[in-house]
Amino acid sequence: MSNVLEIRWHGRGGQGAKTASLLLADVAFNTGKYVQGFPEYGPERMGAPITAYNRISDDPIRVHSNIYDPEFVVVVDETLLECVDVTKGLKKDGAIVINSAKTPDEIRPLLKGYEGRVYTVDARKISVAALGKYFPNSPMLAAIVKVTGIMDDESFLKEMEGSYKHKFASKPEVIEGNMNALRMSLQEVK
Amino acid sequence: MAIRERLSGNEAVAIAMRQINPDVMAAFPITPSTEIPQYFSTFVANGQVDTEFVPVESEHSAMSACVGSEAAGARTLTATSSCGLALMWEELYIAASCRLPIALACVNRALSGPININCDHSDSMGARDSGWIQIYSENNQEAYDNFVQAYRIAEHKDVRLPIMICQDGFITSHAVENINLLEDKEVKDFVGEYNPQEYLLNQDHSMAVGPYDIPAYYMEHKKQQAVAMENAKQVILDVAAEFEKISGRKYGLFETYKLDDAECAIVIINSAAGTAKDAVDKLRAEGKKVGLLKIRVFRPFPAKEIAEALKNVKVLAVMDRCEGFSSQGGPLGAEVKSALYTAGSTTKVVDYIYGIGGRDVRVENIEEVYGALFDILATGNIGETYRYLSLRD
Repeated sequence: MSNVLEIRWHGRGGQGAKTASLLLADVAFNTGKYVQGFPEYGPERMGAPITAYNRISDDPIRVHSNIYDPEFVVVVDETLLECVDVTKGLKKDGAIVINSAKTPDEIRPLLKGYEGRVYTVDARKISVAALGKYFPNSPMLAAIVKVTGIMDDESFLKEMEGSYKHKFASKPEVIEGNMNALRMSLQEVK
Repeated sequence: MAIRERLSGNEAVAIAMRQINPDVMAAFPITPSTEIPQYFSTFVANGQVDTEFVPVESEHSAMSACVGSEAAGARTLTATSSCGLALMWEELYIAASCRLPIALACVNRALSGPININCDHSDSMGARDSGWIQIYSENNQEAYDNFVQAYRIAEHKDVRLPIMICQDGFITSHAVENINLLEDKEVKDFVGEYNPQEYLLNQDHSMAVGPYDIPAYYMEHKKQQAVAMENAKQVILDVAAEFEKISGRKYGLFETYKLDDAECAIVIINSAAGTAKDAVDKLRAEGKKVGLLKIRVFRPFPAKEIAEALKNVKVLAVMDRCEGFSSQGGPLGAEVKSALYTAGSTTKVVDYIYGIGGRDVRVENIEEVYGALFDILATGNIGETYRYLSLRD
């Protein structure tokens, strides 16, 4: 129970937060862990706030509730800071990773007094540079892997290459761009 | 060799179906079970199974097609949820009374209304008196294992009844978790060939299926159904024992968790049982004697066995993820109390309605239930026996 790593994702419908949480479950699974990856379902629409979750553990996971006191939070869309209490329940010795062009010092005042670690990464810039389009989930996935340290960069990239080859079997041309987005994000998260 | 995988509950059930390779699947999509026929139709399109997939225009037609194909002698299955199961109501009873061993993957979701796509057990609980065997699953592993066992139970000559394998909508159907799969050949050998005794396409023995039944025989036919349901109990245990040999995983009519010396206990179904086990461990660490009983088989209802397992419990909460509007609790509460009364039990019992329409169930919520049970134990005053858990003020 206490040795379960809990992560909460905040995104908007269509940005791929759910997919990113499932990919994170995938990579953690491939390191031998027990995992959960699940979204909170409702009548979703494109652009509406959504939440997804991960649990990662060395032991089997039995609990099937949402996550209220996570170690880590990922915010896939900066505008959610205005309307969702993203740091709610977030542990002080944990961290939050936000998709933003701002620095952590610039963004901290928007976090309702959260005292833990704050990281930012400009997933828009990375995604546009690597893919030519705005898909923030790959850079955010790399950022949370870096911040949590659940695996080293090389193993992560190797696992993701395998996952993308499977996921994008029908459009292999996007694999290299996504891999570049991951590499850039691993370097740029701060 | 077990295959270590990570799959959602829906994927797990679809893979069990692929490994079984049934003759016919007739289905109409409905959230949250839609992915099951979706994945399965991909297996059909890719030639991984030689199943005839019948995409129908409603669940009423899905179950009608299942009744027709199973009566013809074809191993048949379907998947549905919520209002989809409700639309099958008429044919559920027909499938059972015609003694057709159809398998149905039920992904539990609230029945309308108010309209809601999230988990509760009102769909399958509503179908509890239709004559189908009902088996429930805590997680993706159990949903898979139960489905692999389904036909061996349903098609057994002493049973020949349709079977419903239930799991919680979204909570397990859409959560990706670790799972151990069996090899395709292991499943194929375990499930075996379907050799129905009587079937419509048997040209050597013509027969009628589903004719009008007159008062002179109707009761005798219903009694035969009831006897078959009673027989299912032993068959379920026998199949589970065989399944343990190939999987290493043990199944019974229900699972007990730290129940032997428990003073306060709960009875619960499906995914919240896992959450409740964490609550039990937390309270046990504080020295509190708590335990739980998780229902696996709801039809046939193992009344005597449950009463025996609960005989030392002083205060019990039955957790119903479904309203019954009896003003006393839900359908599980009615069954458990009936079982205890018949066994002469003096256990105090309260019924909780919880988690309906997808209301999240946390470890803390279950701890709160045990706290209330210890209050009853300490004061001897049972108070309100029909309660709602985590109700907003």
